[in-house]
Amino acid sequence: MSDMKTAGPLSRRGLLRGAGLAGASVAAGAFAGPAGAAEPEKVITEIQDWNRYLGPGVEAAPYGRPSKHEAHVVRRNVPWLTADTASSINFTPIHALDGIVTPNGVCFERHHSGVAEVDPAKHRLMINGLVDKPLVFTLEDLKRFPGRVNRLYFLECAANGGMEWRGAQLNGCQFTHGMIHNVWYTGIPLKALLDEAGVKTNGKWVMPEGADAAAMTRSIPIEKAMNDCLVAWAMNGEALRPEQGYPLRIVVPGWEGNMWVKWLRRIEVGDQPWHHREETSKYTDLLADGRSRRFTWIMDAKSVVTNPSPQAPLKHKGPNVLTGLAWSGRGTIQRVDVTTDGGRNWTTARIDGPVLPLSLTRFYLDFDWDGREMMIQSRAMDSTGYVQPTKDELRKVRGVNSIYHNNGIQTWLVRSNGETENVEIS
Amino acid sequence: MSKSRKVMAAAFGAGVALSMLSFSAQGQAPAKTGSPAATPAPAKKVGLGREAHPDEIKAWDIDVRPDGLGLPPGKGSVKQGEELYQAQCASCHGEFGESAGRWPVLAGGRGSLKNEGPEKTVGSFWPFASTTFDYIRRAMPYGNARSLSDDEIYAITAYVLSLNDVVKDDFVLSKENFTGVKLPNGEGFFDDDREKTERHFWAEPCMKACKPDPAKVTGRARVIDVTPDAKDGPKVD
Repeated sequence: MSDMKTAGPLSRRGLLRGAGLAGASVAAGAFAGPAGAAEPEKVITEIQDWNRYLGPGVEAAPYGRPSKHEAHVVRRNVPWLTADTASSINFTPIHALDGIVTPNGVCFERHHSGVAEVDPAKHRLMINGLVDKPLVFTLEDLKRFPGRVNRLYFLECAANGGMEWRGAQLNGCQFTHGMIHNVWYTGIPLKALLDEAGVKTNGKWVMPEGADAAAMTRSIPIEKAMNDCLVAWAMNGEALRPEQGYPLRIVVPGWEGNMWVKWLRRIEVGDQPWHHREETSKYTDLLADGRSRRFTWIMDAKSVVTNPSPQAPLKHKGPNVLTGLAWSGRGTIQRVDVTTDGGRNWTTARIDGPVLPLSLTRFYLDFDWDGREMMIQSRAMDSTGYVQPTKDELRKVRGVNSIYHNNGIQTWLVRSNGETENVEIS
Repeated sequence: MSKSRKVMAAAFGAGVALSMLSFSAQGQAPAKTGSPAATPAPAKKVGLGREAHPDEIKAWDIDVRPDGLGLPPGKGSVKQGEELYQAQCASCHGEFGESAGRWPVLAGGRGSLKNEGPEKTVGSFWPFASTTFDYIRRAMPYGNARSLSDDEIYAITAYVLSLNDVVKDDFVLSKENFTGVKLPNGEGFFDDDREKTERHFWAEPCMKACKPDPAKVTGRARVIDVTPDAKDGPKVD
């Protein structure tokens, strides 16, 4: 399988293959810039099949897929995490993606009773509770509403990194940081629907509810609902994928992913929070003194280096591109600093692509590697001045039983053979 | 330099000025945090959708709150609940709520919240009994949701409470006495205070010579060895 090539440690074969024309000199251990080839390379001198024979026609793939050579770029599950795959989570392969938009097919999934297979013709959205007039909408009604918007937002599960509270556990940023995706949503502001129903003056909270077999619910304060929440039916230009809530989900920008109820069928307005399962027994943060924070909705600023990382080790000395992602639930990413010496000295990374509020932001650090062992970290700073803390700084405040909201700085140890490991450092 | 100018400077320095401008023109403005509640200006109605029928609301509006709002008429005893629980719940949650395999533990764990391995159950952690009733009503039994009658839900809730020594074995839970049931960890929660207790995370960070000694590795994921092997990855055609 092709994924073994990137998952394994740096091999002599990998070096040769990766080094291409300069293969011989790199394998010998001395990087001296591009050298001439001793032998002509067969990939050039021999005619390849795809250079001679016809490929598939335009009817072969009415809905396209990535190249078969990219088959390793997939969502992955950690089987020991949960009792059943229908109430579980998988992880976005962020080590194998670039830019800031997550392709629909690899956006991580979290279900509580599996993927609801909703017939859009039978789907309704009800607004009830403390409103002047309880309403029922069809999808066609919603798509006729004035004021449609497009917004790019990250969705991060509050448990992203939750396995790492007690120390480095999982070897790969897909597993340590992959409960996140960044998607263009198309929909209408929730405010438009609430205004249509007319929220009574004592309406202080809303409760979105899903149509799945878990009938997911969360309580959201009315200020947030009226400010920037969306009712969305499209992601990255096409209908929501079933696993992302087809045909309708709520978008709660910058706040924990659990609140973004999928298969959205009802929004109730009330004067108090509901204290349902997902905001009491789950998604509350148990501290060292035995008390728990509740309603910790905002996702703190966070970043991670996606390359190099354990699933994407370094293969070459000389020029390399370090890259990663940064995000904040409080605003835009203002700056990302990177260290290669375990936090003694930091360099500000180059940000490329749009810097949008409550969206992933992509950073790069172009560097030359001399084969020295490195301890790589990234540190995000957001537009409110919040600086991503170290894991130890977080543990000092929160202990190690929080599960949720672990936004501590990640360390990758890059060894001299290019292998990269998830470690914790002094 | 003001905060917003710093943001812009950082963005310009990174060479994304054009993208910034074109995207903000599309309306994804910086987040308004802490803005007051939108004043309900009498909005002009669009006229889409229709009024919900009372029976439709009744069919879907099944949520229950700690103050009892949403509780249906009905009742059920611990004894009735035990029989239902053993038939419908025990295969996952264990005969006494101790869990079978990796399914959620429902009982026990009292006093464990400060421990190395806290056990968060209805009795040790959950703040409100209404959460149990609401969750069973909307999502249980797993794979056969919405199949229990209201009386059965009262009975199973009563049994789960008894497993946690919150009610006695002869207890009958009903709409009328529900809000009288208090859980041990009811006062164990407080609202998000990160912006106060973690205020020190808002501070200009160190850039040079930040640690006196070279960093040392103190823990390695490789030693724990729980990462799924790439060989076990899903096959994609």
